[in-house]
Amino acid sequence: MKILVCIKQVPDSAQIRVHPVTNTIMRQGVPTIINPYDLFSLEEALKLRDKFGGEVTTLTMGPPMAADALRKTMAIGADRAILLTDRFFAGADTLATTYALAQAINKIQKTWGALDLVFTGKQTIDGDTAQVGPGVAKRLGLLQLTYVSKIVEADEEKREVVIERRAEGGTQVLKTKMPCLIAMLEGTNEVRRGSISDSLRAARADIITWSAKDAEIEDLTKCGLKGSPTIVKKVFAPPVRTDRAAFVEPGKNAGDSADVLIEAIFKRHPALEDDMTKLASGF
Amino acid sequence: MSDKPAPAAPQQSRASAKKELPEHFRGYKHVWVFVELERGEVHPVSWELLGAGRKLADQLNVDLAAVVLGSPGDATRKAVNESFFYGADLAYLVEDSILGDYRNEPYSKAVTQLVNTHKPEILLLGATTLGRDLAGSVATTLLTGLTADCTELAVDADGSLAATRPTFGGSLLCTIYTLNYRPQMATVRPRQLPTPVRDETRTGRVIEFKADLDEDTIITKLLKFIPDRESAKSNLAFADVVVAGGLGLQSAENYQLVRNLATVLGAEFGGSRPLVQKGWISSDRQIGQTGKSIRPKLYIAAGISGAIQHRVGVEGADCIVAINTDKNAPIFDFAHIGIVTDAIRLLPALTEAFRKRLSPENADRLAG
Ligand SMILES: Cc1cc2nc3c(=O)[nH]c(=O)nc-3n(C[C@H](O)[C@H](O)[C@H](O)COP(=O)(O)OP(=O)(O)OC[C@H]3O[C@@H](n4cnc5c(N)ncnc54)[C@H](O)[C@@H]3O)c2cc1C
Ligand SMILES: Cc1cc2nc3c(=O)[nH]c(=O)nc-3n(C[C@H](O)[C@H](O)[C@H](O)COP(=O)(O)OP(=O)(O)OC[C@H]3O[C@@H](n4cnc5c(N)ncnc54)[C@H](O)[C@@H]3O)c2cc1C
Repeated sequence: MKILVCIKQVPDSAQIRVHPVTNTIMRQGVPTIINPYDLFSLEEALKLRDKFGGEVTTLTMGPPMAADALRKTMAIGADRAILLTDRFFAGADTLATTYALAQAINKIQKTWGALDLVFTGKQTIDGDTAQVGPGVAKRLGLLQLTYVSKIVEADEEKREVVIERRAEGGTQVLKTKMPCLIAMLEGTNEVRRGSISDSLRAARADIITWSAKDAEIEDLTKCGLKGSPTIVKKVFAPPVRTDRAAFVEPGKNAGDSADVLIEAIFKRHPALEDDMTKLASGF
Repeated sequence: MSDKPAPAAPQQSRASAKKELPEHFRGYKHVWVFVELERGEVHPVSWELLGAGRKLADQLNVDLAAVVLGSPGDATRKAVNESFFYGADLAYLVEDSILGDYRNEPYSKAVTQLVNTHKPEILLLGATTLGRDLAGSVATTLLTGLTADCTELAVDADGSLAATRPTFGGSLLCTIYTLNYRPQMATVRPRQLPTPVRDETRTGRVIEFKADLDEDTIITKLLKFIPDRESAKSNLAFADVVVAGGLGLQSAENYQLVRNLATVLGAEFGGSRPLVQKGWISSDRQIGQTGKSIRPKLYIAAGISGAIQHRVGVEGADCIVAINTDKNAPIFDFAHIGIVTDAIRLLPALTEAFRKRLSPENADRLAG
């Protein structure tokens, strides 16, 4: 089975700090990681490869340093990794991102054969739009399965895939055909650590690096900032409310504090006491 | 390279270079809201969107249209009427048995055909599992811009949609435009916007649309739908009272204090994102931009700093009470009532005090 997994390198949000005075993001020195959601898709892809044979390729569009994230995917077990990097891609919104990715995926298929499955993560932790998966699927004409909690069956012979998908109020069990695009839900599998031989292989491996030209991307006006219909017009701090919180002075002990706090709440919202009394007694 | 909303000056200069809207987009008019009808029920985010859409349409002096897709039947017709009650002037109705359960293929086809025929300038969808799955496909097919997970929608002086969402990492928001393409698309999270008043006297025009769909060409089939167990559903988004904890609680054991208070109040409980990452609470209990948005009457936040991603999920609450040891914590900038104290000590006392105050005897006394 030939499988591709799209991954993105993102700043480790746990370590992001905001400059207290300028209110800007302090990126310097913030370590980068593989977008955590992508790991669940990578794991699922590796499981399928282990079962059916074949190969798992990982792909990212990003700056040259995104090669680190790709190397990591190889240490986890991916067979091949491709970095799509070019200044033309800078400033891409999701539409421009999916154009470049789809073109690169076409080139991958031309080079190594048709893919059976393409995986993306559910969303990223930085852009957080969840739009790239559906966009890539649409551009490649792949059937699309998002919020997948389980791959029930993948039948290479019949070219059929059965999955469970999170929907509003329940789970859909869907059957579709390969090739298709799958975005796994988080927490749906145990992401492997990768073997020692994999990490040795990854350390030595070449990360295949493609420019726009290498990926045979013809229309550069569809890439990067140029190819992005969305425009970020303004970045601003949320309006500071003129009325900051009304502070309640803590009492002598926690019990006193609790009493004055409750008093303050019901004084500000008199109707609440009645509502809450009903709620508390299980109405 | 993909961090374009980082606060960098060059982008702002580029953004001001607005071109004329291309000729073929000039005919795009009216504001549309996709009404999410699944298994006979409309997702409440649709009404919230109609409320926001109404304001945009009034400002632009255009119509507000509901887009209703579903299998022929009462539920679908009812969704149309309800859309009028919540503010729509007209409804585009696509009735087809293929559209009974949500599947990406027929839904994205139908919506795309509808857009290409009737040409809206703005198209809004809920940022739900269905809405996000659909919006990305539709926007890509139409090759237009899509702004995700907005917290605020407005029309600027030129009549363009200004869609605001939090930016990564910091305490910042960004406003995104789709200036030269139509429709301008955005998704908005459930409970981010208020539900408009329902007015049963309102009616509107129904425009039936026959989409070109054929079950034989739809490859994906629904084998089964397994409804969630009632008990598995958290009612966080729709609860009247919510108690939440953050890292200030310091341990999973201390988080129990939040649950205890919630139990006494008959409230739902939740927390900030780090608690999910630490495994103290499940992910459906996360409150904020990447969790649930809530609009309770009372929100009690204990040991939560109030980062922007948290703030955007709770600002719809009528009364926000913050308990934090740091008087400079950002949460006090948007809380209504604050107390600077140790939550680990206050919570048990608060639980006891509420238990007494809200006891049935007290209720009788109040009533009498
Ligand atoms: C704060 C912020 C807000 C933004 N808002 C918008 C917006 O509203 N609309 C918009 O169109 N753009 C927006 N962008 C731009 C957008 O983030 C970029 O286009 C980005 O390259 C892809 O989107 P994402 O990070 O949201 O990915 P998502 O769509 O959330 O990612 C889903 C999956 O797609 C795959 N994927 C995503 N990016 C790549 C990549 N570069 N290489 C390989 N695979 C990838 C991964 O598997 C990932 O898990 C925003 C960016 C930022 C930083
Ligand atoms: C893309 C992205 C999406 C995100 N989405 C979300 C989201 O949906 N929801 C969310 O919540 N976060 C989200 N975050 C994380 C967010 O930026 C913050 O990191 C997070 O909200 C902080 O959680 P916290 O307030 O619990 O912890 P902290 O910021 O560490 O705050 C702890 C607070 O507790 C106080 N404290 C300490 N001890 C005590 C005590 N004994 N009693 C009382 N107070 C005490 C401290 O003064 C401090 O203010 C997101 C981040 C990113 C980058």
